[in-house]
Amino acid sequence: MKVQVRVMPKAGILDPQGKAIAGALARLGFEGVGDVRAGKVFRLDVAETDPAKAKEAAARMAGTLLANPVIEDYEVEVVP
Amino acid sequence: MTLQAVVVRFPGSNCDEDAHHAAATLLGAEARLVSHDTADLGEPDIVILPGGFSYGDYLRCGAMARFTKAMDFVARYAERGGAVLGICNGFQILCEAGLLPGALVQNSGLRFVCKDVYIRVETSRTFLTGGVPPGTVLRMPIAHGDGNWRAPEGALDGIVSRDQVLFRYVNAAGEREEGANPNGSLDDVAGLSNERGNVVALMPHPERAGDALLGGTDGAVLFQAAARSLLSKLVRS
Repeated sequence: MKVQVRVMPKAGILDPQGKAIAGALARLGFEGVGDVRAGKVFRLDVAETDPAKAKEAAARMAGTLLANPVIEDYEVEVVP
Repeated sequence: MTLQAVVVRFPGSNCDEDAHHAAATLLGAEARLVSHDTADLGEPDIVILPGGFSYGDYLRCGAMARFTKAMDFVARYAERGGAVLGICNGFQILCEAGLLPGALVQNSGLRFVCKDVYIRVETSRTFLTGGVPPGTVLRMPIAHGDGNWRAPEGALDGIVSRDQVLFRYVNAAGEREEGANPNGSLDDVAGLSNERGNVVALMPHPERAGDALLGGTDGAVLFQAAARSLLSKLVRS
């Protein structure tokens, strides 16, 4: 079963990368782009058939290693 | 009596030899370089986590190094009151491990910054700054891409009031000003300690400023202070 973990910088935490991307978009002529936040996506193939258990396992991995809870939030979902 | 120092070498550490040299010459310790997969570091008087790019900085700086056998030892050692010094990547590892508060993210200017900076000693309550008067200005190099310290939400006031800010970026005159902070670090923080004061870390490299031949000796001030503090502890115990 595949599980996706999306990690994003917390609201209020400075995201220099997102800021640079926003600046580049503006320079390229893409108008009307406000704030840009850059995060990470992890696709995990887990040996689990129960979606609830797969999500729970991925959430434990996210809380332990994939995300740093001081600066990042994460969301877990089962994907096809 | 001779101090025993251990420098932990992670895959991707690149200041391990310099830290070892500084521990032997400036700290005057019997210094050992040990691998990250060593579970028992013995009974050192100080453990140094050196600078570098452990595990290629994959995921986040220090995120992988924190889950090593040596770091399991360091966590227990720090809990018992053992002295731990993190330099640059060592600072990032200690934050990831939760032994120091907050996290270090990408420099606000997005660039890797490699230059000399001035830092001000903010407290002499730790082993690294014992006997060094607060307000002392030290010049030493930085070389990092992720030195932008962020406090856990709502935690900054407590960290400041508990005297955990060890060093701040300042100008040559010792004053805080916008241009003096090289990476956007919150509250100009260049170095921190835990509440107890036995775990300390800084982004600048004192081990690269311990010899006039290398362009400065201000780093030696910190290693000599550490030697005094740790030796007096040995004598007392």
